[in-house]
Amino acid sequence: MTSTPDIIAGTPEKPRRATFDLIALLAAPGLLFLALIYALPLALLLFQSLRGADGSLGIANYVAFFSEPFNIGVLMRTLRVAALTTLLALLIAYPTAIAMNRAKGVWLTVFLVAMVLPMSLGVVVKAFAWSILFRANGALNQMMQAIGLTDAPVRMLFTETALVIGAANVFLPFMVLPIYAVLQQQQASLADAAASLGAGPFFRFFHVALPLTLPGIVAGGAFVFSLSVSMYVIPSLIVGETQQNLPMLIARSFLYLRNEQLGSTISAILLIIAISVVLGSSWLARRLGARE
Amino acid sequence: MTRTDRIFRIVSWIIALAAVAFLMLPILITVVVAFSSSPVYTLPPPSLSLRWFADLQTKSGLVDAVLLSLNLAAVSTAVSLVLGTAAAMAVARGRFVGRGAIATFVVSPLMMPGLVLGVAMLQFFREIGLRDAYWSLLLAHVVITLPFVMRTLLAAMGSFDFSIIDAARTLGMSYPRAVAKVLIPNLAPAYLTGGLFAFLASMDNYPISIFLTDARNKTLPIKMLQYLEEQPDPALAAMSTGLILLAVTVLAIGARTVGLNRMIQG
Repeated sequence: MTSTPDIIAGTPEKPRRATFDLIALLAAPGLLFLALIYALPLALLLFQSLRGADGSLGIANYVAFFSEPFNIGVLMRTLRVAALTTLLALLIAYPTAIAMNRAKGVWLTVFLVAMVLPMSLGVVVKAFAWSILFRANGALNQMMQAIGLTDAPVRMLFTETALVIGAANVFLPFMVLPIYAVLQQQQASLADAAASLGAGPFFRFFHVALPLTLPGIVAGGAFVFSLSVSMYVIPSLIVGETQQNLPMLIARSFLYLRNEQLGSTISAILLIIAISVVLGSSWLARRLGARE
Repeated sequence: MTRTDRIFRIVSWIIALAAVAFLMLPILITVVVAFSSSPVYTLPPPSLSLRWFADLQTKSGLVDAVLLSLNLAAVSTAVSLVLGTAAAMAVARGRFVGRGAIATFVVSPLMMPGLVLGVAMLQFFREIGLRDAYWSLLLAHVVITLPFVMRTLLAAMGSFDFSIIDAARTLGMSYPRAVAKVLIPNLAPAYLTGGLFAFLASMDNYPISIFLTDARNKTLPIKMLQYLEEQPDPALAAMSTGLILLAVTVLAIGARTVGLNRMIQG
């Protein structure tokens, strides 16, 4: 942000403050809209989850939810799948972002198209494509049999592994891009400087490259984790009703069971997880920023 | 460069190329299945045919779903661009307390679980007596599109030299005119990128829309999942191939005018 106009104009305090107030007002329509259509409904939902059947306030709904072993299982599965998806996405994304950062010309275009084009393809279509691939007579099984990995078709559709692979595929660009953005900003000369001072490749990676890219990893990881915790279409098509996650449980309680109280409570739990991820990652990002 | 460095580099390239193949795989599968003559997704296809493209005409309600989704995406993106421009200017230009908090708040719907937002909006709209499905969907889709617009506009305005606006005003332009004639053309890449991703996010949204639709107003992703559950034939892949073609065209235009690298970095 530039401060040139202030220097040139040399304006005194008073008129300046007046224009600032006007500019602040510009945010009002958007903020009012979001407060009414986004924040208020979420606040009401949280409030609803604290209200018992008789109208009293308390955590009875949460106690009811957590005293059901089935619900705990669903919660744990949701968190586990999200953690595994985030980890798999990071393992693929990190080297990819590094290669992308070095790529030039046609290769850079190839990488960028690979990131952006899948983002423009609907998630229903992508999840559907993966469900075709994972079928017992699907392409993956045929390939594995052709190269002799297995003799008989392996059951892949409806497994957690398939779900993690499919989800990591859909969310991968959201992990690559923040890391790539951080790499683009930093100077390649830093690693060279460390090398010229005698640091070995492993020391350089863990003490120079990795800490510098941590803000990108935190941003991408938080985004992919919150997307994975709240995914609905992907598990519906890849694992189905047999292995429900929290969003599927919400949809079921509202659309099929018509149990709004249960649905609201699970929604509130999912919302609390999402908010914790947002707050936690921004706290981490601030700490990383302060350390530099 | 030491040997370990070279190994690091080669490994990162191998993984990156595998990642490209991994990302392109669903697109490839969809296109291949769309042109296959078999109704049961055998890969590779026994022979090529266009029957699933012809079959699309028999799908009832598909055209309506496409039109509704295009309508929602276009209107909500337009509204978001207006609201977003104003809000982003306030954050980039104003010097009041809580600007960072505003920026976080406006972008935060991106990180919220879609289904939870859908549930919350469903209950809220019922509470205030809003029963019209189109208007409910439109309000919801503005919430979906606004973060995408805000993210790119905030980044672009952060590096925009606002003294140009002051110069335009010194030369006699009114403030709104200076914004329309100087700021917006200068930020055209951000508008194109933010608008494009907002549009795509609206077109693709399932989890919020599912709670707000009625029998007559079904968006495209909802209709597509419904077809998949009722009768999973490759006609859907044919239709997706059409959408992929559309996306490729739009991206090609974006790449030509803005550049891919700038698009993804907002």
